[in-house]
Amino acid sequence: MSFVEINNIGISFGGLHAVEDFYLRQEKGELYGLIGPNGAGKTTVFNLLTGVYKPDKGTFFLDGQNMTGKSTVELNKLGIARTFQNIRLFGNMTVLDNVKIGLHNQYRYSALTGVLRLPKYRSTERAMNEKAMELLDVLELGEERDHLASNLPYGKQRRLEIARAMATNPKYLLLDEPAAGMNPNETAELMQMIRFVRDHFDMTILLIEHDMKLVAGICEKVSVLDFGQLLCQGETSAVLKDPEVIKAYLGE
Amino acid sequence: MSERKNSERAKGFSLLKIVPSKSRGKLVTVLIPVVFFAVCALLVNLGVLRSHFAGLLVPLCYYIIMAVSLNFTVGILGELSLGHAGFMCIGAYVGGLFTLLTQDSITSAWIRFPIAILLGGLIAALAGFLIGVPILRLRGDYLAIVTLAFGEIVRNLVQNIYLSRDKAGLHFSFTNAIEPERLDPATNVDIMKGPMALNGISPDATLLISVILVVITIIVILNMVDSRAGRAIMSIRDNRIAAESTGINITKYKLIVFSLSAFFAGIAGVLFAHYSTVSPPKFDYNMSILILVFVVLGGVGNIRGSIIATAILYILPEVLRGFQSYRMLIYAIVLIVMMLLNNNERFNAWKKNTTERLTAWRKGLFRKKSGKEAE
Ligand SMILES: Nc1ncnc2c1ncn2[C@@H]1O[C@H](COP(=O)(O)OP(=O)(O)O)[C@@H](O)[C@H]1O
Ligand SMILES: [Mg+2]
Repeated sequence: MSFVEINNIGISFGGLHAVEDFYLRQEKGELYGLIGPNGAGKTTVFNLLTGVYKPDKGTFFLDGQNMTGKSTVELNKLGIARTFQNIRLFGNMTVLDNVKIGLHNQYRYSALTGVLRLPKYRSTERAMNEKAMELLDVLELGEERDHLASNLPYGKQRRLEIARAMATNPKYLLLDEPAAGMNPNETAELMQMIRFVRDHFDMTILLIEHDMKLVAGICEKVSVLDFGQLLCQGETSAVLKDPEVIKAYLGE
Repeated sequence: MSERKNSERAKGFSLLKIVPSKSRGKLVTVLIPVVFFAVCALLVNLGVLRSHFAGLLVPLCYYIIMAVSLNFTVGILGELSLGHAGFMCIGAYVGGLFTLLTQDSITSAWIRFPIAILLGGLIAALAGFLIGVPILRLRGDYLAIVTLAFGEIVRNLVQNIYLSRDKAGLHFSFTNAIEPERLDPATNVDIMKGPMALNGISPDATLLISVILVVITIIVILNMVDSRAGRAIMSIRDNRIAAESTGINITKYKLIVFSLSAFFAGIAGVLFAHYSTVSPPKFDYNMSILILVFVVLGGVGNIRGSIIATAILYILPEVLRGFQSYRMLIYAIVLIVMMLLNNNERFNAWKKNTTERLTAWRKGLFRKKSGKEAE
């Protein structure tokens, strides 16, 4: 059994088949791309995998465990973390606190311990700060730790979303257009970081992206969606040469 | 880009623009009311301030507790509540009745009053929890309307309760006064008479106890905000969907906030009942709106701001004669102006600019000072 097994999941919104029979096999540590024109259903796949939408049909297994139909919170606790195409940070909170929310379920003390400032509060907070800084340093955000998340420039906001997702200690990381709005330099840096995250944490990553240089540069495999349907999937270099894929992208 | 802007607008009730509070300076926030009340008490004792002013201090305490606890719901959790007076009402009646029924048997106020406070707070918290469950899924304007209705329902229920005690025990009636033939006229004492005031509650709410409760409220809420639970609560406020996909249990934290916020409002109610006369009309929506005005003017999400705004907005009109009758009108105008200003992009840009310049200036001062020390 593969690490990630998605079997024919689908959902429709009032007659519109946003995603139909989506199928995916992914091995542990693999960096997998999900591409397709706007409105193809890529983000909807992420919403199905994270419980934002319940699939009309199909199943989803991660590391041998059935994930189908679970709630967003449960799925995160079971090891699925994501970023958002339209950035969703905790804007009125600091960069550090954004990541510490990701650590919420791994570093625990009761609300009462917090209110009474018991020793466990201090030790746990210190450990959380260390862990959060580790992640912020990986994504080169350490210097911004005390900035409000909403005051960060666009590219750093996207990286902070990755740091926060990684803080939840996931087995499977879903990145929705992480390079959107970045300039070529920022994109190149981001590629390094994603590769580092994969290598350093042996992370399994599914990544939606429009930037073909990024996809060709770091994804071992890709799946192509078009009008909710799987067009083709396989080794990145082969898929990107496929005439059908080129046609879908050029929109003939 | 435009998509993002729209979603922020939709989240909208722009009145509730969050003012993120710094976790530093907590001690100052606690000390402000302590010093203020100590100085006031001193000035009253020295005869500098009139006794009319002395009479405002305990009410100021329970209004501060109300504002701080409402800010916990509105500013920290980010949900608009227009029924905070309902919880105060519950606390006032539970605490007040407890004292009325036990002041003959428990003669020491030092024992009786803390029990009344805890009881009033806990029953209000229970009400906060119970009202919290069905309205978990409501947000924004819908939640505001339901909480408004909640406050009015509580007041109307209390307004219809009749309670008497004679040698046979307690007699209870709803909607209609208790028929006289049910009561023993020689020993009967009316306790609750519908819309009429509760009489004879021992005035146990001293300034000392009230200030202690203010301090406890501030410390509990500030420590809560600056802890694991507080972060989770604020993450729900900032982005519910992101909070869920980061593993935050929304239900749990919303219920914690509704209960804790109601708990402190209940305590404020107990203080109220043991200081001034309690009758249901005092806990109408005007009270809820009044507290909301304190919160909005002090800064939504800013606990210290709530304390200062409450002190100024409560004391000023009491001191300025003739203002009383226009009070609610002026508050309404202030709310509308705040709403318009918060929506005005030029005003926001100006405000951001000014705060940035101020912090830069303060940092500059600090650097100069520490530089000198190093020399
Ligand atoms: N909640 C929803 N209700 C109705 N239609 C939706 C919903 N979510 C997505 N869709 C539709 O599904 C299709 C795929 O959207 P999406 O997954 O966001 O595409 P993309 O590949 O650009 O990420 C679009 O036509 C979109 O309008
Ligand atoms: Mg998308």
